[in-house]
Amino acid sequence: MKLKQLESLLGDLQQFSNPKVELEQYPTGPHIASRLLYTAENSFDDISNKVVADFGCGCGTLGAAAALLGAEQVIGIDIDSQSLEIASMNAKDLELDIDFVQCDISSLGWRGQIVDTVVMNPPFGTRKKGVDMDFLFVALKVASRAVYSLHKTSTRDLRFGVPQLYKFHKKKEVDIAVDLWRFVPRRSGERTINLRSAV
Amino acid sequence: MRLLTHNMLSSNIKGVANGFPLRIEVEKVVEKEVEINHDFLRNIFPKIDWKALSDASRIMGYHELPEEPPEPSVLEADIEFLRKFHHALLELHLEEGALLCPESGRKFPVNKGIPNMLLLEDEV
Repeated sequence: MKLKQLESLLGDLQQFSNPKVELEQYPTGPHIASRLLYTAENSFDDISNKVVADFGCGCGTLGAAAALLGAEQVIGIDIDSQSLEIASMNAKDLELDIDFVQCDISSLGWRGQIVDTVVMNPPFGTRKKGVDMDFLFVALKVASRAVYSLHKTSTRDLRFGVPQLYKFHKKKEVDIAVDLWRFVPRRSGERTINLRSAV
Repeated sequence: MRLLTHNMLSSNIKGVANGFPLRIEVEKVVEKEVEINHDFLRNIFPKIDWKALSDASRIMGYHELPEEPPEPSVLEADIEFLRKFHHALLELHLEEGALLCPESGRKFPVNKGIPNMLLLEDEV
């Protein structure tokens, strides 16, 4: 599937009608979602024929993108039942078979390393301090190949000890600069790469 | 919820030592056909908890999987086995029912295919 086609399909998805501030619910736009998944698939082979989990899936944009790119199984996990209802309708509209689980990521009970790849746009951790790191901690335990995660650029130095070298803004109407990170669980011995140039 | 997801989910209640596998209470099962992917099945086979899958499939009304885990060589030669494994893992969905913590018996409801694994404050 072409990037343009993926972005356009994601653009048709229904988003939060009533975002909950305390959960930092903000939609993952089709532009960044399509690029995140496209990079994961085409540069790293982390999506097609894989088991992919979408942590804090919200309306399910990243999970839907993974399914559209040929993930064998996609699991969307979110704490909020209304989001999961929308996500489930979105999946149905695109005729995608996605499993959803209602759960708080920080208390997720999980067995084994069946999930290959976690994709997520976690809460930035500006309302509830450190929640973004909780997501990352659990994601790195669950994923056997890689974790793709969006983080606010302004937290880069604080969170990852990397100086803020690059700044970029997505589209005019979204004025939050974010970084896309690809994390690889330590056991496979690869390094973490910041994919800022890719989005 | 597919049984592949069931094979990963575990009860994480405070004080529970082993929350896997969750027992299944069935109200409604649906079957959704998906294309079979032999390579995917071969790759995922070693990661599957066989007993959890075969028990779960029986509770869901599918009796074709052996109780004991088959030899990995079966995956190479036996197309019929792959079809059954595929059906149990990816085509059976628990649409309505519940998942029960094997230790505490705590019930996690499943509605419209979505298990609610949220814990109460005193369970975290």
